[in-house]
Amino acid sequence: MKFERFGTGIIKGLMVTLVHLVRHPTVNQYPEQRLNMSRRIRGNELIWSRERCTGCGTCAKACPQGAIELVTSTVFKDNKYNVETYRVDTGYCIQCGLCVEACPFDAVFMGYSYERAKYRRNDLVQTNDELLESPARPVSGYFHPEIAKGLPDQTLLVEKIVEKRK
Amino acid sequence: MVTLNYSIEGLLPMKGLPPDWPGGYWWHWLFFTVVLIAFVLVMVLGAIYIERRGMGRMQSRLGPNRTGPFGLLQAVADAVKVLLKENIVPAKADKIVHWLAPIIAFAPVMMIFAVVPFQDGALLADLNIGILYIVAVSSIATVGVFMAGWGSSNKYSLLGAMRNVAAVVSYEIPLVLSVIGVVLVAGSLSLNDIVLAQDIPFILFQPLGFLLFFAAGCAEINRAPFDLMEADSELVAGFHTEYSGMKFAMFYLVEYAEAIAISAIIATLFLGGWRGPLLPPWLWLIVKIVIVFFVMVWTRATLPRVRIDQLMALAWKFLFPLALINLFITAVQVLVWPDGLPWALIFLNIAVMLVLVILWSKLFRLGWGRLEV
Repeated sequence: MKFERFGTGIIKGLMVTLVHLVRHPTVNQYPEQRLNMSRRIRGNELIWSRERCTGCGTCAKACPQGAIELVTSTVFKDNKYNVETYRVDTGYCIQCGLCVEACPFDAVFMGYSYERAKYRRNDLVQTNDELLESPARPVSGYFHPEIAKGLPDQTLLVEKIVEKRK
Repeated sequence: MVTLNYSIEGLLPMKGLPPDWPGGYWWHWLFFTVVLIAFVLVMVLGAIYIERRGMGRMQSRLGPNRTGPFGLLQAVADAVKVLLKENIVPAKADKIVHWLAPIIAFAPVMMIFAVVPFQDGALLADLNIGILYIVAVSSIATVGVFMAGWGSSNKYSLLGAMRNVAAVVSYEIPLVLSVIGVVLVAGSLSLNDIVLAQDIPFILFQPLGFLLFFAAGCAEINRAPFDLMEADSELVAGFHTEYSGMKFAMFYLVEYAEAIAISAIIATLFLGGWRGPLLPPWLWLIVKIVIVFFVMVWTRATLPRVRIDQLMALAWKFLFPLALINLFITAVQVLVWPDGLPWALIFLNIAVMLVLVILWSKLFRLGWGRLEV
């Protein structure tokens, strides 16, 4: 005889919701409370290193969106071309990370930041020095385990909530 | 409706407050009308808050918590938003019916509160047929719903309204039958006298009647798990698909005012109304209304929505026969042991309820012809 069919199932369900009512809810109040992102996040920025870049154009070839535009001088010196323009239309970027994986000289990185929405379309097109790493534009550990090691561990919401409920 | 009040005055000498409290026929009328409208509006705001916050917590969310302290002003913000919206009427709508429907749905809900006592004698009209009046008046809200579906000139609105009418008509029967049990025990149809008769709350004398009334009441006002005709996660809205702005706000108000009305009726019929120690009577009534409403929210957050065939099967195969049996048992008890020991009767009735519910669950299965998992 299955008692679930005789009303006990309903009572069990009611008890479950009652327990949920009194315990701490599984939520994160986003703008005030923030969780650490994954160390390998592909945030919505692209970061470029002028020193390491040789102007080979592998990233531009790898980009499925054609969002990277690269102009170099024809002079080949010190095993590199002098990059005149490195322009990324981040509006086209789909954060696939293929340029980072393709770069043979580790000159391109995904950004660690999120919330990098812009108000104007032309703000999305970033050129040369706007693409460099800076404290405001930290580098993600995506495809670069040595960078990931230096970043804080990702906080999981579940762990925080379990900690609070104890 | 107020004149009836005076015709029975001589029959009921024991009154806490004079029937024209706080003095004078028109002053009484004006006072209670204003108080009741304010009461319903404030309770609706409170109900929306309880429902959204309570259901949020039950689903491991927080619910609205940004507008004002603890999100208390969320309902106000929603009301302002909805009032500022454009009022759209479909081109082929029956304009007059479309316009009248929210009013016709709202008026009967307000009228229910006319006979709910806040204290001994503190009510708009102490009708000697109070509960019959409630049953009669509350069915008019269905007309408003059907007018909304018909006047919108939208087949989905019409389908939702027709389902609504079918459900409400079906659930009216167990609702009324379970009320008769209470009336038999109390020996009066007047809500004030029913409350006065409850030295022990009738939920103990009528546990089965309470369950039936609660389930049927939830279905009557289309609250989850019986809200399939306006299932907001599956359909757009049911009968009020084509409503916007102020008129939609009216339907939203009706939905919660009905829930408060059913809670008030349950509190009055089964939980002893305004009676209780320490607190003032009106506060006891509000506390009981809030408790009943909270149980409604609780069941809404817990139970999955039923299908239309399950809805009808529950009404006709489960609630209706049990209501008849409950009525019969109550009648026998009232006839045979009019002065029986209350606690003996209470234990007997709770045992009868358990046996009947288990027995009927065995006879009544959801999803005939389906394989049991």
